[in-house]
Amino acid sequence: MSSLLIWPIALPLFGSLMALVWPRRADAIGLASSIATLVAAMLLVGRVAEHGMIEHALAGWEPGLGIALRGDGLSTLLLLMSAIVALVAGFYATGYFRNADLKAHFWPLWLMMIAAIHALFLSGDLFNLYVTLELLGLSAVALAALGGTRAAVAAALRYMTIGLVGSMTFLAGIVLLYTAYGTLDIPSLAERVVPQPAAWVALVLVTAGLLIKSALFPLHFWLPTAHANAPAPVSAALSALVVKATFYLLLRLWTDVFDPLVTMEAAMVVGLLGAAAVLWGSWQAWRAERLKLLAAYSTVAQIGYLFVFLPLLLAMPDGDARDTLFGALVLFALTHGFAKSAFFLGAGVILQYAGHDRIAELGGTARALPVTTFVLATAGVALIGLPPSGTFLAKWQLISSAIVTGQWIWLPVVAIGSLLAGAYIFRVLGYAFAPGDRAGPVLAIGQEEIPALLLALIATIVLGFGAAMVWEFLTPGLALGDSVR
Amino acid sequence: MNLSTWLPVLILSSSLVPGLVIFMLREESHGLRTLLNLAGATIKLLLVAVMIWGVFHEQVYETRWTLAPGLDLVLHADALSVLFVTLSTILWLVTTVYAIGYLEGSPHRSRFFGFFSMCVTATVGIALAGNMFTFIIFYELLTLATYPLVAHKGTPEAVRGARIYLTYTLSGGVLLLIGAVWLRTIAGPLDFVQGGILSDYALDPDALRWIFVLLIVGLGVKAALVPLHGWLPQAMVAPAPVSALLHAVAVVKAGAFGIVRVVYDVYGVEYAAELGVLTFLGAAAAITIVYGSVKALSQDKLKKRLAYSTVSQVSYIALGTAILGPLATIGGVVHLVHQGVMKITLFFAAGNYAENLGIHRVSEMDGVGRRMPGTTLAFTIGALGMIGIPPIAGFVSKWYIGLGAVSAGEAFWVLPVLVASSLLNAAYFLPILYRAWFRPPPDRWPAEVPQTGRWEISGALLWPPVITAGLALAAGLFAAAPYSPLEWAEIITLREYRS
Repeated sequence: MSSLLIWPIALPLFGSLMALVWPRRADAIGLASSIATLVAAMLLVGRVAEHGMIEHALAGWEPGLGIALRGDGLSTLLLLMSAIVALVAGFYATGYFRNADLKAHFWPLWLMMIAAIHALFLSGDLFNLYVTLELLGLSAVALAALGGTRAAVAAALRYMTIGLVGSMTFLAGIVLLYTAYGTLDIPSLAERVVPQPAAWVALVLVTAGLLIKSALFPLHFWLPTAHANAPAPVSAALSALVVKATFYLLLRLWTDVFDPLVTMEAAMVVGLLGAAAVLWGSWQAWRAERLKLLAAYSTVAQIGYLFVFLPLLLAMPDGDARDTLFGALVLFALTHGFAKSAFFLGAGVILQYAGHDRIAELGGTARALPVTTFVLATAGVALIGLPPSGTFLAKWQLISSAIVTGQWIWLPVVAIGSLLAGAYIFRVLGYAFAPGDRAGPVLAIGQEEIPALLLALIATIVLGFGAAMVWEFLTPGLALGDSVR
Repeated sequence: MNLSTWLPVLILSSSLVPGLVIFMLREESHGLRTLLNLAGATIKLLLVAVMIWGVFHEQVYETRWTLAPGLDLVLHADALSVLFVTLSTILWLVTTVYAIGYLEGSPHRSRFFGFFSMCVTATVGIALAGNMFTFIIFYELLTLATYPLVAHKGTPEAVRGARIYLTYTLSGGVLLLIGAVWLRTIAGPLDFVQGGILSDYALDPDALRWIFVLLIVGLGVKAALVPLHGWLPQAMVAPAPVSALLHAVAVVKAGAFGIVRVVYDVYGVEYAAELGVLTFLGAAAAITIVYGSVKALSQDKLKKRLAYSTVSQVSYIALGTAILGPLATIGGVVHLVHQGVMKITLFFAAGNYAENLGIHRVSEMDGVGRRMPGTTLAFTIGALGMIGIPPIAGFVSKWYIGLGAVSAGEAFWVLPVLVASSLLNAAYFLPILYRAWFRPPPDRWPAEVPQTGRWEISGALLWPPVITAGLALAAGLFAAAPYSPLEWAEIITLREYRS
C-alpha cells in the first residue's frame, strides 16, 4: 500500500490536465480532484500514523536511478495542510473568479502548483526536488500574474526572476553534491556527506537558494508585492503553502543531509536573520496602508519565527525536549498556514465588497461584514499568538526552549514581535469597528465567507485544542501533559 | 466521567453556549436573546450552588485536557475559585438584567451580549483555572472578549480607549507569559496548590524574585497597580454595564485574583515572605491605594472619579495579600467580593444618572436624591461602604486588613495607609452624597427622560443597584453567618495556612 504516496501528486496533476482540455467544466473538475486529493492525503496520514515512514520506488526502479517517494510525519502533515487549504481556497475561488476565462486559466495552474507542492513534500531525491521546485515556482508566478493588472504582472515578473536565481543557486549546490558524492538520493547522501570544502560550498549554495525562495529577511523584498497583488485565493496559497514548502525543504536538508556540517554559528546567523524578519516584517505590516500588503508583510514576519526555531533545535540535545520543540515548529507552520490563508480570503471578501482594501477606509466593515470581521479577528488571534490558537502553544515552547538553552536573546524578539502583531491586527479591527457610511446586510454569510471562516477556526480552535495530536503524530510515544517535568 | 469532572465544564458552557447562539441571532429577536441570557445566568447560578456545596464538603472537581507536551488545560475548583465564580455568576445575572434595560433600542445588541457572555466565560475560566497555563489562556481570552465591549460605541473616542486598553493588557500579557514559562521550566507544572508549591524545591531565589516581578507586573496591568493603571480611566468610554462589570468582576478583579493565586497557590505566602518579595507587592499596593484616592479627589466626571476609586480599592486585595498572616489574608480575599458588590452598585447608579437625567459630572448632581431616591440610596450605601463605615461590607475588609497588619508585627506602616485612604475616600465620596441629598435640585436636568412608569426609572435599571446595595449591606451585617463571603474567606485562609 505504499503506492498511497503517488495519489496526492497524481490526482491534482491529472485534474490539471483535465481542466486544461475541458475548460468549461474547470470548476467541477478542479473541486473533484481537490476533494480526491484531500482524501488521498488523509489516507496517507492515517497510514503513516500506523506504520511510521513509508517509501515507494516509482515503477520499481531503485533509489538513485528512478523516482523515489518518501513520506514521514513531517512531510505528510504539511501535505495534509496543503490539501485542506487547496480545497477550501479552491472552493472560494469558484466564487471569486466571476469570469469563465479566468477560471479556465486558474484551475490548471492551481492544480499544477498543488501537485508540485505535494511532490516536493514527498520526493526522496535532490534532483526531483529541484524539478518540483521549478514547477512550483513557474506555476506560482503564472498564478500571481492572473489578476492581469500592471502591478500584478510587474510583481510576478520580479517574483519569477528572483525565483529563478534561487533555483539556479540551489541547482549549483546539488551539482556540487553529485560530483562530490555520486548520488542525489537523500538517505545515501546523508551517509556520505562529511565536513569538507565541497560539502561546505554545497551547503551554502543550497541554503542561499532556499532562503531566497522562503523570503527570509533581507531576501524577502520580492514577497510583499507578489503576494499582495495576486488574486486572493492565490495569495492565500502563496503565503500559506509555497513559502512553507521551501522552508520545509531547508529544514529537511539541514537535518538529514547536512546534519554533520551545520554549526551553531550557521544556525545562529539564520536565527538572527529570522529575528530581524520578525521585527521588520511586523513593523512594516503595522505601517502598511492596504490590508493585503499587511498580510504579506505579516508572512515575512511569521516565516522569521520558523527560522528562529533552528538555533534552538540545534542547541537542544536529542530527546523529548527536542522532539517537543520540533513539534512546536511544525505546529507553528501549520497554524500560520491556516490562519494566513483565512486572512487573505477574508481580505479578498472585503476587497470585492468595498472595491478597495485601504485599511484607513474600512469603517463600517464590522457592521456590513460581521462574519468576515470575525474571520480577520480569529485568524489575527493565531497570527499574534494568543490563546487558544496553535501558535500560542508553539510560542510557549519556543520561549521555554530559549530559557532552557540559555538563548535569552530570542525572548525580546518574541515579545516585541507579538506586540507588533497585536498592533497591526487590532489596527485593522479598530478601523473595522469604526462607523462607516456603508451599512450592509446584518449577518449574511456569503458563500465566500464560509471557506475563510473554516480555515480561521482550524487555526485557532482545532489546532489549539487538538495540538496534542500533532506531537503524537510526529513523535509517537512522546510524553504529553503534565507528566513532563 | 461523572459530575465531578463535568461540573467545571458545564459551568463554563452555561455562558459560552448562550453567547455563541446570541452571536447568530438577528438583531430583532429581543425576546429570545433575553431568554438565552437569563436562562444561561440562572443555570450557571444553580450549577455554582452545587459546586459551593461540594467544595465545602471537600469534594474534588477537576477536568483535564492535554494540549501539548507538559501543558494541560486544567479546570479545578477549590475554595478560592468558588468564591470568585460565585461573585461573577451573581453579578453577571444582575448586570445582564441591567444591560437589557440600559441598551434597550440601541444597535448591535446581539454583538454586545455575545461578547458579554464571552467575557463572563473567560472570567469564570480564570476562577476555575487549575494551573498557571490555564490561567493565562483565560486571562488572554478575557482581553479579547472585552476589547469589542470597550470599543462598542464605535466612536473615535471609544476606539481610542479600546486601543489603549489593548496596548496595556497585551504588554502585560507578554510579561506574564514569559514569567510563567520561565517558572514552568524550573519548577515543573504549576498546578495551583493551597499553600504553594515552590518551597518544596531548592530553586535559585534570585530567579524566583525576577519571575515574581514579571508575574506581578503582568497581572498588575489588569489589576491597575500604579503606574500600570493608565488604561482604566480611558476605558470608561464603554457603556455603563460594561464599566460596571469590568470594575467589579471581570478585568480588574481578574488581575487581583491572579495576584492572590500567585502569592498563595504558587509561591506560598510564607515562602514569598521568606524571599522578601511581599514587600515589593505591599509597597506597590500601598502607593496605588493612596495615589488612586488622591487622583479621584480632583475628578469632576463621575465615572472617572469612580474609575480612580477602583484603582485604589482593588489594591486592598493586593495589600491584604502582601501581609503575612491569616487575618490580612481574610481581609484581602473577602475584599475580592466586597469591592465587587459595592463598586458595581456605584456604576449602576452612575449609569442611571447618565441615562435618565444626562448627569455625567459630580457638579451636576445637586439634589439628585430627591429626583431619584432609590438609585441615590443604593449609591449612598455603596459609597459609605467604600469609605469603610460599618456595618457595610467595606468595613469588614478594612477591619481585617488592619488587624492583620497589627498582628503581623512588621506591617505597622499599613495602618497610616489605611487611615489616609479612608479619609481620602470620605473626602471624595461625602461631597457627592451631600450634593445629592442636601442641595436643592436645579430647575432642569441636563437631559431628562420624562418619567413614565411607577418608579424613577425603569425597573430593569432600578432593581440591579438596589439589589447589589442590599448585598453589600448584607455581606457586612451578616458577616458571621454561614456561607457569607467572610465565612468563606475564612475557609480559604484556613486551607491556605493548613498545609
